Amino acid sequence: MIERIVGARLGYEDSETLERFLATGGDLGLRKAVLEMRPEEVAAEVTTANLLGRGGAGFEAGRKWSMLRKAPRRYLVINGDESEPATFKDHLLVERDPHQLVEGATIAAYAIGASLVVIYLRGEFALGLERVQQAINEAYARNALGRSIFGSSFSVDIVLQPGAGAYICGEETSLIESLEGKRGFPRIKPPYFPAVIGLYGEPTIVNNVETVSNLPWIVQKGGAAFKALGQGRSTGTRLFALSGQVKRPGPYEVEMTKITFRDLIYGDDYGQGLLPDRSLIAFIPGGVSAPWFFEEHLDIPLGQDEVAQAGSMLGSGSVIVMDDTSCPVRSAWRIARFFARESCGQCTPCREGGAWIDKIMRRIEEGEGREADLDLLLDLCDNISPGIKWPPAQTTICVLGPSIPPSVSAAINHFRDDFLVHIKEGRCPHA
Amino acid sequence: MARFSDEMLSRAQELVSLYPDPRSATIPLCHLAQEQDGYVTNEAMEHIGELVGSSAAEVQGTASFYDMLKLEPVGRYVVGVCTNIACMLRGAYEVLEDAEEVLGVPVGGTTEDGLFTLEEVECIAHCDRAPAAQVNYRYFGPLDRESLQDLVATLRNGDLDHEVPPHGTLIRVRREAPPVVPMEEIDRERAEEGQ
Repeated sequence: MIERIVGARLGYEDSETLERFLATGGDLGLRKAVLEMRPEEVAAEVTTANLLGRGGAGFEAGRKWSMLRKAPRRYLVINGDESEPATFKDHLLVERDPHQLVEGATIAAYAIGASLVVIYLRGEFALGLERVQQAINEAYARNALGRSIFGSSFSVDIVLQPGAGAYICGEETSLIESLEGKRGFPRIKPPYFPAVIGLYGEPTIVNNVETVSNLPWIVQKGGAAFKALGQGRSTGTRLFALSGQVKRPGPYEVEMTKITFRDLIYGDDYGQGLLPDRSLIAFIPGGVSAPWFFEEHLDIPLGQDEVAQAGSMLGSGSVIVMDDTSCPVRSAWRIARFFARESCGQCTPCREGGAWIDKIMRRIEEGEGREADLDLLLDLCDNISPGIKWPPAQTTICVLGPSIPPSVSAAINHFRDDFLVHIKEGRCPHA
Repeated sequence: MARFSDEMLSRAQELVSLYPDPRSATIPLCHLAQEQDGYVTNEAMEHIGELVGSSAAEVQGTASFYDMLKLEPVGRYVVGVCTNIACMLRGAYEVLEDAEEVLGVPVGGTTEDGLFTLEEVECIAHCDRAPAAQVNYRYFGPLDRESLQDLVATLRNGDLDHEVPPHGTLIRVRREAPPVVPMEEIDRERAEEGQ
C-alpha cells in the first residue's frame, strides 16, 4: 500500500474545503501540539522524524529550528515561491490542501515560538492565494489562529504575502529581502542562516510548503512513525513531480527509497512509460539544477543519499523525462536560458557567464554554431563553477549561477554528436 | 493613471497595517495598483512610497525587478505561454507560434483592441498539464492549436470572466480575519509572561 502523508486529501474533489479538512483529521495535529505538548516536545518529534526540508537543499528541519537565536521577536516564513522549472508539487498542496498548510505553519510557529508567520506564495498562484487566505480566515473564525489558540496560551498571526515573479526569491535570503519590500537579492553569507539574522534583522526560520505540510501527521503519529518510512536519511514520503515525455505526467507521493526511477517513469501506478516506439535518452532527477541521469541510473531508488552518491541530487523532487524525439541541445539551452534570465545580476560569473552561455547555446541550436563553441561553453561552465562537479564549487553569493553548468556540461559530454550535427549541418537530428 | 481610489486605499492601508515594517507592503501595494490601473503608474509608485514610508524611486527600484509588475500598459487578458523545459518537451514552441497567429501579435505585443497581451513565460508550475499557458494567472493546459483557439474565443466573448478575473493576483483575495496584533503588543505580552 502506498503511504500518503501530505497528499492524503488530494484524492477528494473538494480537498480544499474546510468541511473535507475537518472530516479527514484536520486540526487534530494542531490541537495535540498546543494542548498536550510543550514546544520543545514538538521540535523533538520533528528531529526524531529526521524530516529533511522539501524545498530543494534537503537540510534537516529539526536542526534548522535548533539554530534559532534567542530573541523576543522571531519570525517564521513559509516559502511557497516555487518556480524551478518542472517543479509543481507545492502548487498542488497550496491549491488543493490550503488548510493543511495553515495547520502545519501554525504547528511550526508553536514549536519555534514565532511571533508572526508570513506565508510567501508565488504571485502567479492566484487561485492558491485566494484559497490560502480563505483557509487563514476560517482558521481565525474557529480559533485555530489568533489569540489563545484552542484555549491554550499560544497566540500567533499569519499574514499572506504574494510574490511578484522572480525565481531567485525562492532562495531564502532573497525571499526575506523581497518580504522587506526590496529587490530579491540574495544576502551575502555569513551569516549562513536566517535563523541568526533574518527578517528585519531578527531570527527567522524559512520552511518550505511541503515541509510544514508534513507536520500535522508527524505530531499525530509521532516522529518515530515517520522515520519508520523510508530508510537512512530519507525518511517519510515525498511528492515527486513527474513531467516531460511520459504517458502520465503528474504528482506522485511515494515512500522514500522504496521505488526506483524506473518504477516512477515506467510503473503502472506512476508515469506508465514513454509513448510507443520511443526510447529514453536522459532524465533529470531533481529539478533543472540537478546533473542529468541516463539509462544506467534508472535503478537508483528515490532517496536523498542514493541520488547524491550517483552524482546528482533529489532537489525539489522533480523528475523530467526526455525521449529520443527531444533535442538535448535545445533542452540544455532552455535550462541555461532560464537561469540567465533569472539571475539577479549581483555576481559577475552568474550574470555575464549565464548570458554568454545562453547566447552560444542559442547560436548552436539555430545552426550557427562553431566547433570551438563546445570548449568555450565548458570553459565558461568551469568559470562559474570550478571543476564542474556536484555539489558545485561556488563563485557566487547563491547557487543560481552554479545551477547552469550541470545541464550544459551533461548535454555536451553525452550528446556531443548531436551538437556536431547542429554545428556542421545546421540542422537538428531530432527534428 | 492615478493614486489609489477610496476603496483601494482602505485595502492598501489594511495591508500596510499587517506588517511590523510598512515597507513589507510594497509588493502587495504594487499588485493593488496594477489591478486598479492595469499597470503600476508613476503616480501609484509615489502614492505607495507615501504609504510605506519610502520614496517613489525606491518603489520603482523594487517594482522593476519583478516580472509580474508591469510598468507599461498591458491588455485586459495577459496570455503567458510557458516554453520552459517540461512544456517545451511537449510542444510549447508550436503553441507559442499558434498563439502569435491566433492573436495576431508577436510575443510582447498587445492586440489593437487592447484585449490581449502575449508573453512567453518561464515555468508556471503546471508541468503535468504541459504544454500550458496562463491567462491573468489562471492556468490552462494541455493546449494545442484547437484548444487555444477555443480559449481565445471564449475569452473574447467574456464567457470566462467568472474564472479569469481582471489582470491581477490579489483582486479576489479578501482578508476577513481580524487585524494582526502589533509587534509591540506581542513584546509586552511576552515580557509579562516572562516575569
